[in-house]
Amino acid sequence: MTLTPDERARRGLRESATFDRTTIAAIQRAAETGIYDIRGWGAKRALPHFDDLLFLGASMSRYPLEGYRERCGTDVVLGGRNAKYPLHLDIPVTIAGMSFGALGAHAKEALGRAASAVGTSTTTGDGGMTPEERGHSKTLVYQYLPNRYGMNPDDLRRADAIEVVLGQGAKPGGGGMLLGQKVSERVAGMRTLPVGIDQRSSSRHPDWTGPDDLAIKIAELREITDGEKPIYVKVGATRTYYDTRLAVEAGADVVVVDGMQGGTAATQEVFIEHVGIPTLAAIPLAVQALQELGLHRKPDGVQLIVSGGIRNGADVAKCLALGADAVAIGTAALIALGDNDPRYDTEYARLGSAAGFYDQFQAGQDPAGITTQDEELQRNLDPEEGGRRLANFLRVLTMEAQTVARACGKAHVTHLEPEDLVAISIEAAAMAKVPLAGTSWIPGQDGGF
Amino acid sequence: MTTYDLTRTPLREVNQALHAPGLSGEIVIAGPQGAHSVAVGLDAPVKVTIQGHCGYYAAGMNKQAEVTIEGNAGTGVAENMMSGVVHVTGSASQSAGATGRGGLLVIGGDAGARCGISMKGIDIVVGGDTGHMTAFMAQAGRLVVRGDAGDALGDSIYETRIYLRGTARSLGADCVEKEMRPEHLEELEGLLKAAGYPDDDPASYKRFGSARTLYHFHADNSY
Repeated sequence: MTLTPDERARRGLRESATFDRTTIAAIQRAAETGIYDIRGWGAKRALPHFDDLLFLGASMSRYPLEGYRERCGTDVVLGGRNAKYPLHLDIPVTIAGMSFGALGAHAKEALGRAASAVGTSTTTGDGGMTPEERGHSKTLVYQYLPNRYGMNPDDLRRADAIEVVLGQGAKPGGGGMLLGQKVSERVAGMRTLPVGIDQRSSSRHPDWTGPDDLAIKIAELREITDGEKPIYVKVGATRTYYDTRLAVEAGADVVVVDGMQGGTAATQEVFIEHVGIPTLAAIPLAVQALQELGLHRKPDGVQLIVSGGIRNGADVAKCLALGADAVAIGTAALIALGDNDPRYDTEYARLGSAAGFYDQFQAGQDPAGITTQDEELQRNLDPEEGGRRLANFLRVLTMEAQTVARACGKAHVTHLEPEDLVAISIEAAAMAKVPLAGTSWIPGQDGGF
Repeated sequence: MTTYDLTRTPLREVNQALHAPGLSGEIVIAGPQGAHSVAVGLDAPVKVTIQGHCGYYAAGMNKQAEVTIEGNAGTGVAENMMSGVVHVTGSASQSAGATGRGGLLVIGGDAGARCGISMKGIDIVVGGDTGHMTAFMAQAGRLVVRGDAGDALGDSIYETRIYLRGTARSLGADCVEKEMRPEHLEELEGLLKAAGYPDDDPASYKRFGSARTLYHFHADNSY
């Protein structure tokens, strides 16, 4: 029985802040099943995030640009440090790595269609490259993962860039999971695994360990692809300053930092909520490392892509202002395709969930036809329509970022800078290293505490 | 026959020459002096002989080619090989044949730790001993060890078949000894012959594989 706050107060019922109902349900579930909870999505707890930052629009001391009239560029070049063919993207918003297996083929195709329509890149994932994805993606980044499922040199050469994945924000230090319901014949075939098993991906690469080895591995990938492709290194946000430095010193052309709000298709709840640091905290650490190496926003520098909880153009603009060169979206992209759409309310209710709450991506029963291998369910996602919706969303993100940039007087979205930002919480001010609004105080800097 | 000398020609130049369309014939690479990534990404029916010791990832991701390394090989020799043959006359360091999807890797001497890790269809024949975690998370293909294996042989193995002539210091999680049926004797005989060990008696080997008890998450499967 659900009681309103008024009824609870009238009856004198008090909920424990420590043992709230979600916590009680988790204990009861664990006692019942004897195994940890596995789910999709990213961290659901409240964290210091981009909503805790605000832009200082132009006024007396800064000139704004005219909306819709004065040009505000959005293009970005990635990977020019070492690669013969760096990526030229029209917008600074890319599609993050999501596997065929976690997602169905329709969803992967839709991601590719959308990215191509707006001139950006999409990314493969655990499980290899599908012909649908390559065929519909003008610019495709190929993830090189610890398990190497479906990895082959032909796909490596077919890719436009290579992303060596060390971790992701939802589970830094953990490998992927794909529960048996989704290990269909096609998925199993691509991964060389028995059909229907609960698949465990590796958490470490099989043939290198540590930064010195990574340098040799990156050199090998360059040799195999004749130095043509940009090589990214992706890390889950933890010790981001050191990870960024080490990745760059190992030869990365682009560093991808995924904060703990970054999504997953299947990971232990304890991992999602308790390992990693917020995206907001990670960006300045990565930027500091690049600045100290003299490679931040330089013609032959290393670019930074940030992901984890990016939802709108303001988030994009804030990432760029803090020093990212581009962002990647995953969860928001799936929502744009139709994930958690209220039109599936009945189906979500049947699965014990509701629109806005559905996170059981591991179960393979997604009514929206996105995180499933079930052919019947996948029919609910028309790749063309999904691609159109996501392309729209990407355009909105870009226009919103431009709106903010013009208001701050910037002729290019990457001209946004920390000086354009203030924080509205002490935590956000300390993490983002921008002043608390109305003060010049950045906690932890200039003798602050 | 074409000869390259890595003491005189840069590695990138040599590898790029090996990626030339329509490559054929025999190629000799002299003077590797422990260089990494020698002869990686080959995709042609050629014979390549590397005259000396190699560093990491020698003949990595090989397709079609028959590569002989006259010496020892560093970490990840023939990693992710797709097809063809890679023959190391000496010993190999760790992660030999890692994630290989096809072809045959022969190591005349010993192999270090994690030989055949995550192998996905490659065949590996090791003339001597192998280190710890041999065939860790091995998914498919066959691994033959003519000597002994270190700790945790076949830990978390999937469907790879392991043939071991000596003894394993210990078996890894979910790895068990299995019955050597006639089809396995026949399979092993073929592998030994292909690797240049036709005189080995297949009956002197034991077979190991997955007990398949870790294929599904279950409370009792935790460590």
